[in-house]
Amino acid sequence: MPTVVVEIIVVLVKIAVVFGAVALVVAYLTYLERKVIGHMQHRMGPMRVGWHGLLQPIADGLKLFTKEDIIPSQADRWVFFLAPVVSLVPAFIAYAVIPFDRNFYITHLNIGVLYILAVSSLGVYGIVMAGWASNSKYAILGSFRSAAQMFSYEIFLGFSLIGPLMIAGSLDLVKIVDAQSKVWFIVYQPVAFLLFLVAATAETNRVPFDLPEAETELVAGFHTEYSGMKFAFFFMAEYANMVIVGAMASVLFLGGWSGPVLPGVIWFFLKVMAFIFLFIWLRATLPRLRYDQLMYMGWKVMFPIAILNIVGTGLVIYLL
Amino acid sequence: MEPFFFFLFAAGAVISALLVISRRNIMHCALFLVLTFFFVAAIFVLLNAEFLAAVQVLVYAGAIMVLFTFVIFLVHIPRTEKIRRTFGQKNLALALGVFLGLEVAYIVYGAISAPASPAAAPVVQGGNTESFGVALFTRFLFPFEIVSVLLLAAMIGAIVLAKKEIDR
Repeated sequence: MPTVVVEIIVVLVKIAVVFGAVALVVAYLTYLERKVIGHMQHRMGPMRVGWHGLLQPIADGLKLFTKEDIIPSQADRWVFFLAPVVSLVPAFIAYAVIPFDRNFYITHLNIGVLYILAVSSLGVYGIVMAGWASNSKYAILGSFRSAAQMFSYEIFLGFSLIGPLMIAGSLDLVKIVDAQSKVWFIVYQPVAFLLFLVAATAETNRVPFDLPEAETELVAGFHTEYSGMKFAFFFMAEYANMVIVGAMASVLFLGGWSGPVLPGVIWFFLKVMAFIFLFIWLRATLPRLRYDQLMYMGWKVMFPIAILNIVGTGLVIYLL
Repeated sequence: MEPFFFFLFAAGAVISALLVISRRNIMHCALFLVLTFFFVAAIFVLLNAEFLAAVQVLVYAGAIMVLFTFVIFLVHIPRTEKIRRTFGQKNLALALGVFLGLEVAYIVYGAISAPASPAAAPVVQGGNTESFGVALFTRFLFPFEIVSVLLLAAMIGAIVLAKKEIDR
């Protein structure tokens, strides 16, 4: 076989493996979240389907598959139909550059970090389109909040990454992990890590920043009008984004695949899971912020700290 | 392979750009503009300008167009209301269009008739972000600063205008 064909087959296999693994992880994250929160609140969580509810995600998937697919009569059909897709696709294509191990990634880009930021900045369109096309007040308000929140916190997310990037001197995810072979960047950049944590929580619309979906005020926010598989797409996109953010934290702050004894992929997985556990823990602990608190915290607290962190990092690098 | 992809993306960009100005629903126009930015970013990738492509998507598609849709939400144009296609600028637009067409024709003619120049050397393999940054902060520092000042002025202007409305 010509080498080009072999290369294409290898890439396709890699994509299939990563896609399958991510889909599985995403499905079981919903289970993990219910289970962990359950135990944190002295409940058992799902118990009925399978041993300790282990088959619950499959049951949920089947349920969503067989549900009636409703399109509101006053909705903009095309945009309504495309919104879940636009939400899910960026969440999944971001995995193309994540280095799960030194030699295991789908593609190697020298601007890996920028690619992830660029692709994940598109996820907001799914939410905006859903809110607008649903032609419902709750959905509009939800997507309105979400758009404001996501593009504010995207800025802080980007700014919090500049510190580690300055130390690594590269936008290449593999080189960034190599630069942490001695000391993880979380040691050099604790402030940046905290900023990243807050911004990432807001980016993924998680508690305490889940204003776009505040049940008490907005029913379900932007996906109020969605049912069946379309709703499942939004759900999957949210969890896939959580994993992406976890992977970014792992690569940029926690040394990526590096670690003793165990193979790199396992270390990577453990670090991502630790980060996601933190998210779930936050959800079980904190109340939701008010909208003005959200904006105040972003622009008047996090933004100045992020700039100071960059200036400080630059000074230290210059002096050393 | 590369010419095929170039024409694919170029056709996509042109078609979605045409849809931007011909759709009568303002939200659809905005979404097609996002698509146009995407195709242009894809062409940047074909030209080995990955940094530019990523920034194009991040800044134009990811930030500026989100702001646009935000404004569409804010002014709340009822979804059923169609926007007007012309604003009595037909003659001016026609004149400018012809002028632009001539310019494009001139450039295309120049490119075709000129002897094939050696293809521009690909900028430093594996790191055009660095060469981009170096060029921006050395050779093009002055234009870069001018642009920064212009953007700052525009931002202050917008704040002043908005504040006047709030104070009133």
